[in-house]
Amino acid sequence: MSTILKTNRRDFIKLAATAGGGLMLGFQLTSSVASAMEEVSDVPVVTGTIDFNNYLSISPDGIVTLISPNPELGQNIKTSFPMIVAEELDADWSKVRVIQAFLDAKKYERQLTGGSGAIPHSWERLRKAGATARYMIVEAAAKRWGVPSSMLKTDTGMVLHPDGRKLSYGELATEASSIAIPTEVKLKDKKDFKIIGTAVRNVDNMDMITGKPLYGIDFYREGMVFAMIQRPSAFGMKLKSVDSTAAKAMPGIIDVVTFKNNVAVVGKSTWQVSKARKLLKIEYEAEGTIESSTDHDRLFKELMESKEAVVRRKDGDVETAFKGAAKVITREYQCPFLSHSPMEPMNFFAHVRTDGVELVGPTQTPEAARTEVAKLLGVPNDKVTVEITRLGGGFGRRLKTDYVMEAAELSSIIKQPVKVIWTREDDMTGGSYRPAVRYRFEAALDASGNLVGYKLRGVGINVGNSTREDNFPSGAVDNLQIDSVEYKSPITTGAWRAPITNFLAFAEQAFLDEVSIAAGKDQVKFRLELLERAKKTPAGAIKYDIDRMKGVIELAANKAGWGTKKDVSQGFSVYFSHRTYVAQVAEIEMKNGRPILKKIYAAADCGVVVNKSGALQQVKGGVVDGVGHALFGNVTFKDGAAEQKNFNSYRLIRIKEVPDVEVHFVDNGIDPTGLGEPALPPTGGAVANAIFKATGKRLYNQPFTKQEEMKGVNLGERM
Amino acid sequence: MAHYTLQINGKSLEADVDSDTPLLWVLRDNLGLVGTKFGCGIAQCGACTVHVNGAAVRSCTLAVSAVGSNKITTIEGLSANGDHPLQKAWNEVDVAQCGYCQAGQIMNAAALLTKNPKPSAEEIDNAMNGNICRCGTYHRIHEAIALASTKK
Ligand code: FES
Ligand code: FES
Repeated sequence: MSTILKTNRRDFIKLAATAGGGLMLGFQLTSSVASAMEEVSDVPVVTGTIDFNNYLSISPDGIVTLISPNPELGQNIKTSFPMIVAEELDADWSKVRVIQAFLDAKKYERQLTGGSGAIPHSWERLRKAGATARYMIVEAAAKRWGVPSSMLKTDTGMVLHPDGRKLSYGELATEASSIAIPTEVKLKDKKDFKIIGTAVRNVDNMDMITGKPLYGIDFYREGMVFAMIQRPSAFGMKLKSVDSTAAKAMPGIIDVVTFKNNVAVVGKSTWQVSKARKLLKIEYEAEGTIESSTDHDRLFKELMESKEAVVRRKDGDVETAFKGAAKVITREYQCPFLSHSPMEPMNFFAHVRTDGVELVGPTQTPEAARTEVAKLLGVPNDKVTVEITRLGGGFGRRLKTDYVMEAAELSSIIKQPVKVIWTREDDMTGGSYRPAVRYRFEAALDASGNLVGYKLRGVGINVGNSTREDNFPSGAVDNLQIDSVEYKSPITTGAWRAPITNFLAFAEQAFLDEVSIAAGKDQVKFRLELLERAKKTPAGAIKYDIDRMKGVIELAANKAGWGTKKDVSQGFSVYFSHRTYVAQVAEIEMKNGRPILKKIYAAADCGVVVNKSGALQQVKGGVVDGVGHALFGNVTFKDGAAEQKNFNSYRLIRIKEVPDVEVHFVDNGIDPTGLGEPALPPTGGAVANAIFKATGKRLYNQPFTKQEEMKGVNLGERM
Repeated sequence: MAHYTLQINGKSLEADVDSDTPLLWVLRDNLGLVGTKFGCGIAQCGACTVHVNGAAVRSCTLAVSAVGSNKITTIEGLSANGDHPLQKAWNEVDVAQCGYCQAGQIMNAAALLTKNPKPSAEEIDNAMNGNICRCGTYHRIHEAIALASTKK
């Protein structure tokens, strides 16, 4: 079935003028105001009214140029967005060029990367843009040949006449621009897709592998100065006094300026400012609580018993269910703070002039950066431009705008164009972190092993709601209560790839593993039975798709040969997050009495897979990230300061520690959802459950390698 | 400040910098060769890998004063047209995610293949273990090196 899309008032396509002839279409990427307000990773994304959005142009020589509005940080959007347009356009992919847009809230909406939300947000609009251009080109050909357009076909950038004549899109582009824009366009039947679903290489590959300046840190402007900023040595501290005499006397140093709690060393090169900064003599004093990890451990235990938890969901009567239970299982799980550590450290270029503010650099939220800088400097929003560079990773860190505002404030003080660079130590000790969280799960089983009661309490540091109350198994248990307690700390935290679920999923899936064993059931069957239950007699609202969840569970179990292998120990896990379903089976082999993580099978349902190559890597990368942080990730605090400062003490996963990953996608033709995050959450649970099978040891806290249970166990290396 | 004449990518390039400046920052700030990346500054991640007389070296901890007349190759000079077998393999396998670590990965892999044109799977992993990829593209890095080693 092909779809007919009607154009409405708020969702229109408009012609724009081109200087050199050809066709240029502006198309809006909004369908409703409601979808424009989206909660992404707890950062509210407010985008106002929009005019029209995104440009597609076809030049007389047949080059199709698409502008990609969203920041590219490795999620491959700069390739997958154009693939969608090119599909409906029936374009010749070898003639498609992609350009990164500047921030322009009038033209583009949701110019942000976070929450795995870009593809679902834009799918239909991108298709429509391509289909509209195709329609106009076909009409132009029909006019030229004097035939009805219904007899013409298109293929790879050509319009085909039944008698064998052909015209290229380039030849028709200028004429097409005078065709009336249709109010309705027909979208392709998904089974006719030729580009979507194939493996298309990243459009920036050659630039990345030949070392072209693509990233914010590579940006250089004649006359700019370099700066590093000394921020407070610990969270909860503020600046008391600064002696910058020695620093100022160093070669290449232009100035040392103080603003807020920051001391900025400004100079002629990165190395010179980094050296001079070490000579600053700064005194700090406490302004808030000065916390250590031992304080957090204590607070977690206290707050777990708090009477002031916020109830997030309540179904049935938990009290009675637990009183009458044949068996009650209670377990607690805790995770540490994590650093985002994108490979490209924070940096931003700012030039505050009297007539406007220019910002250039890596940000996941250019609109927020603009608004906040405008507010900080007291200038109107439209006086601030933001040029989005490629991002050397983000993982949520670049949803924050602290490092953009600092650069802007510094430039406004020194009245010069400046690039502020963070060292790895600045990045790791300066926040913001994945919050530390502790969970308590309780399950009540009746005499025949049915889950009749379920409780979850989350205690989190600066997280708001540390639960996802409507996720599975909510809806499958009659008596359920989920609540959360928040502790406010001066340690800064923020969204970290797959916010909340990056640890919650591990805890939940490890817990359900224990519960299924206590119920005397196979782990996979146990989950399928619960889903069956939720379908037949739902308890309260169900906010996930039962069949899709079942689908990935069965696919993963099937591909991994769940329960049929003798020589490996398998662990199962499934999770729904960011609109996508992912199930995983981890396999551990014992070698010389040591568990070796050999392989992880992942089954994902993200609807239509747009780019096979990008999608595969998103899943593999998510799994690798999930393994790495579950095994090693750990930021601890001593007197308010992070104890890990660089990669020598903050361990990231390396090539030798990576298991094989085999990925399968459910093929169901449903409109696509995101993949940047959802593959990560289930990984920790699958690994922990496999470790249990192999060793009989249960892991409750991350990182696994630091737990007492794993003493002397080299979980890392696979060889 | 001292004056240095460096042999980089087959050219003589001049820089006036403090003698303790790491080669990384001379490349990036003074010579505009920004393909070599800053990741940690303490020889832990490999993002800054260049070749010194063909061997892989972390430029973040190599002082410019120690470079002398040794031949430096950066990612910009690895091949004339981005057609080193590894660059071709990197494109074919579609390795890069954010791409930030990849220049360092390629430079390190190139030094490996010069020494050992047909590395085993284990030798690839051993040689590449010093290079971090935060995006987790390790499977493809491995695959691309294996592919390039068959094409030489
Ligand atoms: S920047 Fe040199 S090894 Fe990390
Ligand atoms: S591709 Fe992003 S760090 Fe390697």
